[in-house]
Amino acid sequence: MLSVSRRAIAGLFAVALLALVALLSGCGASPMRIQITIHYSHYDPSRLTVPHGVPVTFVITNTDPIDHEWIVGDAALQRRHRTGTEPVHNARPTEITIPALTTRETTVTFDKSGLLQYICHLPKHEEYGMVGWLTVI
Amino acid sequence: MRRLSTVAATAVVALLLTAGPAFACGGLIGPNGAVNLLRTTTLAAYHDGVEHYITAFQFAGGGGQFGSIIPLPGIPSKVERGGDWTLQRLIRETDPPVPAFDLRLGAAAASSAQVILQVRIDALDITVLKGGGDEVGAWAKDHGFRLPPDAPEVLNFYASRSPIFLAAVFDADAARARGQSIGDGTPVHITIPTANPWVPLRILGLGKIEGEKVEADVYLLNDRKPALLPDPNANGLTLQVSEPASASLLKDLRSDKGMGWIPQHAWLSKIRIDGPASDLRFDLAIDASGRGQPSLRDAGLAPFGPMQPPAPWVGWVLLLAAVGLGLPNFGAAYLARVATRRMPPGAGA
Repeated sequence: MLSVSRRAIAGLFAVALLALVALLSGCGASPMRIQITIHYSHYDPSRLTVPHGVPVTFVITNTDPIDHEWIVGDAALQRRHRTGTEPVHNARPTEITIPALTTRETTVTFDKSGLLQYICHLPKHEEYGMVGWLTVI
Repeated sequence: MRRLSTVAATAVVALLLTAGPAFACGGLIGPNGAVNLLRTTTLAAYHDGVEHYITAFQFAGGGGQFGSIIPLPGIPSKVERGGDWTLQRLIRETDPPVPAFDLRLGAAAASSAQVILQVRIDALDITVLKGGGDEVGAWAKDHGFRLPPDAPEVLNFYASRSPIFLAAVFDADAARARGQSIGDGTPVHITIPTANPWVPLRILGLGKIEGEKVEADVYLLNDRKPALLPDPNANGLTLQVSEPASASLLKDLRSDKGMGWIPQHAWLSKIRIDGPASDLRFDLAIDASGRGQPSLRDAGLAPFGPMQPPAPWVGWVLLLAAVGLGLPNFGAAYLARVATRRMPPGAGA
């Protein structure tokens, strides 16, 4: 009976320690990191879910020998980009150009929940299927 | 002895590269007419171990540059200006009222790819490249062109089989300066020693999105009726002509510049391609050996790369498995047979 109690206490202690580690790591400054790979002009994954209010770093690797874009936003933003003329996107964290065979990182904090899309607006890329869905919860 | 095994005339249009930064964001390909679709017709001929491609790049108006890329089965030994009437004569043979060329050729490009050969023909800058899809894509970018979104997959489709590409950059401004009118073509004759001739078809769909069609004509000229793969009467292909080439056709072709290799007798075929680009995921393999066995690999229907023989242990495992499974069955059958023979008459169930 006594040995069981000691085991229980030891188990509880271990659980508490793990919880503490988890809490500390959650409180750290490093944002959540999500890897997106572009291959044959498609995003992988093409569906993601992220929390709002916390920074999320997207690491986007373009394995294709052609340039691509990762532009995330709502329908109105995507409409604007369909007729846009910016040759390269680097000024906003939600609009990234990923040159051929390179990796780019961008950190975004979504301020509210909702359903967004990430799309490459280079000519014919969206029609070819270069579209992903991002759910912010 | 010269033997024409295969002559293929293809209306090939590969992919179009669009010029420059003006089109970098959002679907802006050519609404202002600065970039017009380049249309090309290609004749691919195979004779005595040498494949001949004759491609006409047509001036479609506008300005700036167009690009076009053609996968090749081998390294060309020569690229020169083609004859003046070969393609037109073939079309007239099968379609008497001469139709407008209905093919589009794409463009390609390359930069970090190895440049094997460069030549300028009229307003065309031709570069033969050796490299994979990545290298060809890099070359295109370095030369100010953008490949369409399906290019990475399509280029790898070809590069894994033959990493040789011909990139043609058509300078529309130079064409205009030369006095070329819309519709004027610049024929190019590419000579490629190779043992495995094939006609690139999948490249015709390059840059086309779901629902768009590919329309092209492929002429074949063989010294005998050719064996083709895939079936020329399925998958969007129609074998419209299959007959001995007329003496007048061969004579006319032979009299064109650089076409003296045309033989005295040949078999003429014409294949029309008319179907969704998304269905055109193969090439046309032609058996030049006369054995009637076109290659699955040359048609793009089999995995590329050299076939790896199985490891030696695989054979032992299979042998042991066969022995292990076969011996008990054989033994059981033998024992059953012996037992049956020893039974007295009428003892069976």
